[in-house]
Amino acid sequence: MCAVRGLTKTYPAVRGRRGTPATPEVRATDDVRLDIRGGEIFGLLGPNGAGKTTLVRQLTGLMRPDRGSVEILGHDIVRHPERASRILAYLGQESTALDELTVSLAAETTGRLRGLEAARARAERDAVLEELGLTALAGRPLKKLSGGQRRLACFAAALVGERPLLVLDEPTTAMDPVARRAVWSAVDRRRAERGTTVLLVTHNVIEAETVLDRVAVLDRGRVIACDTPAGLKEQVAGDVRVDLVWREAAPLNVPEVAALRDRVVESGRRWTLRLAPEEARAVVATVTGGAAFAALDDFTLTTPSLEDVYLALGGAARQGLVKG
Amino acid sequence: MSVVPAEVLPGSALAVEEPVREAAELGPRARLWPALAAVYRAQLSRARVARIPLLFVATFQSVGIMILMRGVVDGGGEAQAVVAGSAVLVVAFVALNLLAQYFGQLRASGGLDHYATLPVPPAAVVLGAAGAYASFTVPGTVVTAVFGCVLFGLPIAHLWVLIAVIPLAGAALAGLGAACGLLAPRPELATLLGQLGMSAALLLGVLPADRMPEAVRFLRDLLPSTYGVDAFARTFGPHPDWALVLGDLAVCGVVGVVSLAVATWAYRRAAVR
Repeated sequence: MCAVRGLTKTYPAVRGRRGTPATPEVRATDDVRLDIRGGEIFGLLGPNGAGKTTLVRQLTGLMRPDRGSVEILGHDIVRHPERASRILAYLGQESTALDELTVSLAAETTGRLRGLEAARARAERDAVLEELGLTALAGRPLKKLSGGQRRLACFAAALVGERPLLVLDEPTTAMDPVARRAVWSAVDRRRAERGTTVLLVTHNVIEAETVLDRVAVLDRGRVIACDTPAGLKEQVAGDVRVDLVWREAAPLNVPEVAALRDRVVESGRRWTLRLAPEEARAVVATVTGGAAFAALDDFTLTTPSLEDVYLALGGAARQGLVKG
Repeated sequence: MSVVPAEVLPGSALAVEEPVREAAELGPRARLWPALAAVYRAQLSRARVARIPLLFVATFQSVGIMILMRGVVDGGGEAQAVVAGSAVLVVAFVALNLLAQYFGQLRASGGLDHYATLPVPPAAVVLGAAGAYASFTVPGTVVTAVFGCVLFGLPIAHLWVLIAVIPLAGAALAGLGAACGLLAPRPELATLLGQLGMSAALLLGVLPADRMPEAVRFLRDLLPSTYGVDAFARTFGPHPDWALVLGDLAVCGVVGVVSLAVATWAYRRAAVR
């Protein structure tokens, strides 16, 4: 339903001025090729600055690519960016346009601007607010809500006036588990009843693993992998992740521990290692016995997550994906 | 958490190889007037949350200026100019200054994306917001005008002319404000332009024109709020020259149309980068 070919966008270099350092030319999306199927929840995963939002802005007609094509449901979005608004609903990261409206008016106005008649907009507004559990907050301005509630209200606005494609840029940021569940069950209902397709931008690994049908991993503007979450994890199935947390500092006087030092990713008291299963077993045996054990606070052994996939595929950022 | 596998969903059987297919039907487009009404209503409701304190500031500022000027001007034509200038200053403060700030911030924070991803005509967004800001000025302008008439002993018989002055001066100044806000590359510049515009309306509109040097008077003629001030001031006389009033208001109207068209163009440009 959505085909992206050779999509490239380069931000020009910016000359430094007083107070702002010069930035070199940045290729935000680099020859991106994607196929999103009808009715699936397709994810774009990557750390901050990987080009997710730039890619989404080009898919929604908000930004013109330098090169490449975007076709959604048979419409050429590069040539006719204004058609995007009649095919998809977009939930961006910013809510400033709606902040001073009440939840109810934000949803209703958005529906009206999506071309609904007044009565229909009000009916859909009521149904969506009810569905998301926002009815009690309907009269409150978005500004006065907590971050998660405000996000949910913006999501409600995105749902009023049905569209076959929902483009959601980190929809569940700052939401509590109840609100997250409301979001995903609303998405699932639309998928089951109307075959709605969802393009989800996220840097949350857990969410990516649980809700996505397929995921494209982005790194520095390129798609470095695209498969189901399980398919991607198989690529690094051999490895196991070992997390060691020391009480104060690592006991570098123990030779086996000192030998590991070159291979760890160190973050405060925490050491993270990616190892073959036998190696992992040997490391656990070492740290749980003898002199090292006295210095050990906690340890965990885990099978690979999408974060490990990202790192194994050569993702540049060593951090930046959110767990949990 | 998703419990519906993609394969069983309607429409998913077509999978990837579907390049040559009829284009899907597009969703409805929002028509100009309903969309304008929706934006106007939403903007008006923002007043309750954010704007009321500023409307008080606008009114008190103008009332304060008139009280100060009472010691300077000696009635007659100068008093008429002060009252008319103070009343139109409320319009300049809200429609020019605050609207420039609003659009400047909306653009800088990415808030325009919300409108740009809805099938709404650009003119509806700009006119809806400009109309709402012009409406915010009504109570302050009326209060200022009535207070000024009482203070300087001017007749209130022709205050009804505000019905034409507020929307036309409002259109001209709101159009300028929206254009400044949408064209300024940074929000601070939008704020600065709005402030400068309001200061110009204050100095050139409230101070009597007769005492100004030639160059300043030329600047005064360039400012659209001047024509609103002049139109209003003329109606205080015993036998107002309605042709001149109409002429002044027509200038406001023309500037309004042009500046709102520029603002709409600027919106289009700002929305797709």
